[in-house]
Amino acid sequence: MDRELYFDEQQLKKFRIYTIFTKIFTYSFLVLLALFIIIPFYWMIITSLKPTSEVISQNVTFFPKNLNFAAYKEILFGINKIPLFSMYMNTILVGFFTTSLTIVSVIFAAFAFSRLKFKGRELIFSILLMTMMIPGEIFVITNYMTVNILGWSRVPEGAPLIDIIGNYAALILPFVGSVFYTFYLRQTFRQIPNELYLAAKVDGLGDFKYLFRVMVPIAKSTIITIVILSMIGTWNAYVWPSLITANKNLFLVSNGLNEAFRGTIELSGPNSVLNQQMAGSAMVTLPLLIVFFILKDYIMKGVSRSGIKG
Amino acid sequence: MLEYKKDGWKAAIALGPTLLLLSVFTFYPIINAVLMAFKQNYVFLGGNYDGIGFGNFVTVLTDPKFLDALKNTSIMVFISVPLTIVISLLLAVALNSVKKFRGFFQTVFFLPYVTNTIALGLVFNVVFHKDYGLFNSIFGLNMVDWLGAGTTYWRAMFVLMVYTIWNGLAFKIIVLLAGLQSIDKQYYQAASVDGASRKRVFGRITVPLLSPMILYVTITSFIGAFKVYTSVIALFGKGSGQAGAYGPDNMLITVVGYIYEKLWASGTPFGVAAAASIILFIIILIITLIQMIVSKKRVHY
Repeated sequence: MDRELYFDEQQLKKFRIYTIFTKIFTYSFLVLLALFIIIPFYWMIITSLKPTSEVISQNVTFFPKNLNFAAYKEILFGINKIPLFSMYMNTILVGFFTTSLTIVSVIFAAFAFSRLKFKGRELIFSILLMTMMIPGEIFVITNYMTVNILGWSRVPEGAPLIDIIGNYAALILPFVGSVFYTFYLRQTFRQIPNELYLAAKVDGLGDFKYLFRVMVPIAKSTIITIVILSMIGTWNAYVWPSLITANKNLFLVSNGLNEAFRGTIELSGPNSVLNQQMAGSAMVTLPLLIVFFILKDYIMKGVSRSGIKG
Repeated sequence: MLEYKKDGWKAAIALGPTLLLLSVFTFYPIINAVLMAFKQNYVFLGGNYDGIGFGNFVTVLTDPKFLDALKNTSIMVFISVPLTIVISLLLAVALNSVKKFRGFFQTVFFLPYVTNTIALGLVFNVVFHKDYGLFNSIFGLNMVDWLGAGTTYWRAMFVLMVYTIWNGLAFKIIVLLAGLQSIDKQYYQAASVDGASRKRVFGRITVPLLSPMILYVTITSFIGAFKVYTSVIALFGKGSGQAGAYGPDNMLITVVGYIYEKLWASGTPFGVAAAASIILFIIILIITLIQMIVSKKRVHY
């Protein structure tokens, strides 16, 4: 501590004690709130592994002795099994198409707004920015009507393939054109020095070649951030999917999970399925957490740079 | 110098598809919502309506359910948001001041950001379970009903606040921490030379230099709190469009919940939902403007 240089011995002693107390206080605060964050996760895992008899015993156990995977077996293969596999596949499918179409759309749009010269560029861009202020609920009402008219909403089981594809399209298309991501990538594109563009022009590189050979590689980390945020967004999407899907086979993880336990919570005695409820939650939570631990640095940096939660 | 060529056709290729999608799913819905809000008894199949007026707005503003929604949302906004911001500011400062285990704590506090709102809502539902819940057991409460049929307004609201705080800390901490780390160390060194106390350093250096980040976090969390919806659905576990989706008697209905309620209810003209969504937009706009004006004097860029 550079401060220590200015103190005499007694002051130094006082200062050191003060520092130690501050440290203890700081760490206690951090540990306390970390426990607040961790405990729900711990409770989810531990409850999902408890046998039913222990879940409904009056003595709530924090460190149960006999753990087993019965609840998981039950939700995966039992009578009331949850269509987890198709929920994963749907979420990955919808997430993949939403993200890749978004990336293509955003790269081209940000390129047009940052590099191309055309009539009305500033006007169109300011209209786009204005729509960012508007809460999404305003769009949802009309979009719900639109997909209804197209026959893409609440397609029943056993409907012709074309309708099923329509229902998937309804889950994907409204999220492809993203003003926020366009704005975000445009900011990155604008930081690329003009000299690079002029040099590329001299070398005879066309605009679109310049975009993919120079701009996109430079903006790589921004693009990765957009991919991550878009995937997290799909994994957590609840409102829109629950509004437009009624077919079990088309559920994403959020509305599938909600649907699976709705009945049991409604009944007066949900007690015996609490472990199954937690097993279901764990099956939906863990995949994203695993991805998070693999890509931790990218995700945390990306979120802190972009600063949104949809 | 090289001259820019006219890029009209290239722009058309680059922007065309995006603008087409945005027109269908963003621009048109905005215009349509405004139009619908003013059309009386608008039926969307066939597009008939009884005339133009403020009828839908009157319906919304005099609906006791909407006033409930407004009350619930305001409680969230004015209690839970300031609380979350203060906690996350303290946590960010604490994280910034320690070296050991910083990465570990940072990761822990980030976890709620990468979890599914519905899944963790179900977990809180179990943690606050009347008979077998962790919360009652830790605090020695005898079968207090938090989310079931026997709950009271403030009990359910308490759980909702705990859940939204739990959920909201991650994002605010990471943004504030990034802000703290971008503050020039020289300010602190200068303060240290002058022998300024920690409190003084916090009030005179940290908060003012962090104020743009604090403003950003405040505005986004206010807007977020006005749009609370999924957390409520998640806690009660019933699902959109179900009876009791927002708790017994829909006691915790929010403004967004009200909009979707009107959308789900067959027979309600969509104009009512549209009017409610426009009222939501106006509220958010006003709050944001007030915050911008207030902060103009206080935020140091």
